[in-house]
Amino acid sequence: MSVAQFGGGVAAGEPGQAEAEQAKRRGRTGYLLLLPGILWLFVFFIIPTIQLAATALYDPNGSLDTGYAMTFAFGNYIDALTQYQEQFVRSFLYAGIATVFCLLLGYPLAYAIAFKSGRWKNLMLVLVIAPFFTSFLVRTLAWKSILSDNGFIVETLKTLSLIPEDGRLLATPIAVVTGLTYNFLPFMVLPLYASLEKMDPRLIEAGKDLYANGFTSFRKITLPLSMPGVVAGTLLTFIPAAGDYINSELLGTPQQRMIGNVIDNLFLVQLDYPAAAASSVLLMLAIVCLVLFYVRRAGTEDLL
Amino acid sequence: MVLQRAGRWVADHVILFIALLVLGYMFLPIFFVILMSFNDPTSRLNYEFQAFTWSNWTDPCAEAGMCASVVKSLEIGFLATVFATVLGTLVAFALVRHRFRGRAATSLLIFLPMATPEVVMGSSLLALFTAAGLAGSLGFWSILVAHIMFCLSFVVVTVKARLAGLDYRYEQAAMDLYANEWQAFWRVTFPLVFPGIVAAALLAFSLSFDDFIVTNFNHGNTITFPMFVWGSAQRGIPPQVNVIGTAMFVVALALVLSSGLIQRRRAR
Repeated sequence: MSVAQFGGGVAAGEPGQAEAEQAKRRGRTGYLLLLPGILWLFVFFIIPTIQLAATALYDPNGSLDTGYAMTFAFGNYIDALTQYQEQFVRSFLYAGIATVFCLLLGYPLAYAIAFKSGRWKNLMLVLVIAPFFTSFLVRTLAWKSILSDNGFIVETLKTLSLIPEDGRLLATPIAVVTGLTYNFLPFMVLPLYASLEKMDPRLIEAGKDLYANGFTSFRKITLPLSMPGVVAGTLLTFIPAAGDYINSELLGTPQQRMIGNVIDNLFLVQLDYPAAAASSVLLMLAIVCLVLFYVRRAGTEDLL
Repeated sequence: MVLQRAGRWVADHVILFIALLVLGYMFLPIFFVILMSFNDPTSRLNYEFQAFTWSNWTDPCAEAGMCASVVKSLEIGFLATVFATVLGTLVAFALVRHRFRGRAATSLLIFLPMATPEVVMGSSLLALFTAAGLAGSLGFWSILVAHIMFCLSFVVVTVKARLAGLDYRYEQAAMDLYANEWQAFWRVTFPLVFPGIVAAALLAFSLSFDDFIVTNFNHGNTITFPMFVWGSAQRGIPPQVNVIGTAMFVVALALVLSSGLIQRRRAR
């Protein structure tokens, strides 16, 4: 399994690149190849998104049985925002913290694989994706055993008096963030690795020759060169984490509910479609805005 | 001098040490899944290891409905993989090898599903199916449609990466040797791209088999394996679930390691 693909893009400037561009065929074949896939994405991704936005403007007094009338009820958005403000904030907070932890844990791992692993490189890469091999839900449930009240982690923390005698980890924000960090860590490591791997280690040697110490050469050479990986990794971690509700449902309590729980509950239990759709659109918009702001700040627009 | 050397050794290895700790964190749950697959719990709501037993492994289907849900996930995973791999490979070829109008829009359309939270994709499909009056008939087909949709982009990206790294001059050489376009494609290009297509298919299968959120919105009464786990999480998890989790892990790891070994042997 190729791993570099997660970083996206392939090194340009190989010999004959311009010629290859020339060799691209014109004509109808290209369109015919594109058609089925693009049509599929259009019908089952674009149209549903439009339908979602429309549903968000339906009359909130309707119901599934009586049908909904389109009343352009923009108030649905305001209602959703005021009513579920807490869950929105919590989603972005948990996802943000989990992303920072993923970066702090993922960077040393990616760095070690790229520069320090020697002949074990491929094995370590396999190990990074290996947790993916088993079911997401089963893995998350395993955290329930790990963090359980009589488990070794809680016992150790109690012995060290780091948490009180009746303290617990399950059903706390710590458990939810731990689960989120764990589940999305590979999405951070792979793009980081892909960008570090491309780096020429001689640049660090050159820095050393110019009397840079380890920290300076990291700050001035390694980190800037790995920025595309950092940006791709944080986005690949943050976006799914902000929409996730498996971790908060399985490892938390109603006090740790995230916006995903709300959307799921509104759509499938309360059957309040306009409010559900409005929350869903708001989540999407918030993520798009954050991503655009972030990418611009990081100066990596060309990634998109 | 000695101190300096010791300092350098620590600096050299500290990062490797941290990396191994992080890998340990990533494997802790796997270890627990394997451990719990041998658990003989006194109550379903108990998540601690209590007593050792082989019975979960000798009779994993003892848990009503679980094996049926695994079969359902395998069926959906297989079909979704075939469709997504074919459609995605065609798109990847068009993107790398052909000129057409609307390239930027196409790339955006491929990228968007990967950047959209699953909960948004799942709920918008449900909104569409409901508006189309299909809410009552959701099931196997709607899960399949959704899975093909979100697997497709990943297939395109994976195959495209392989294809873009390929030197097109191999094909030119074949044509210089009087291969027609058809022969050059099947004898030269396709075998070279094939590993990328296999990787894409494996990725698509694992995405489909493991999907919960999108499926949860569109499953009707069809129970896939993740749906089964979710449903039983409310009532207490049967230990057999960990048997399936362990089996998935072992099979996938064996596949990846053996393909790595084959590649290495070929390279020699």
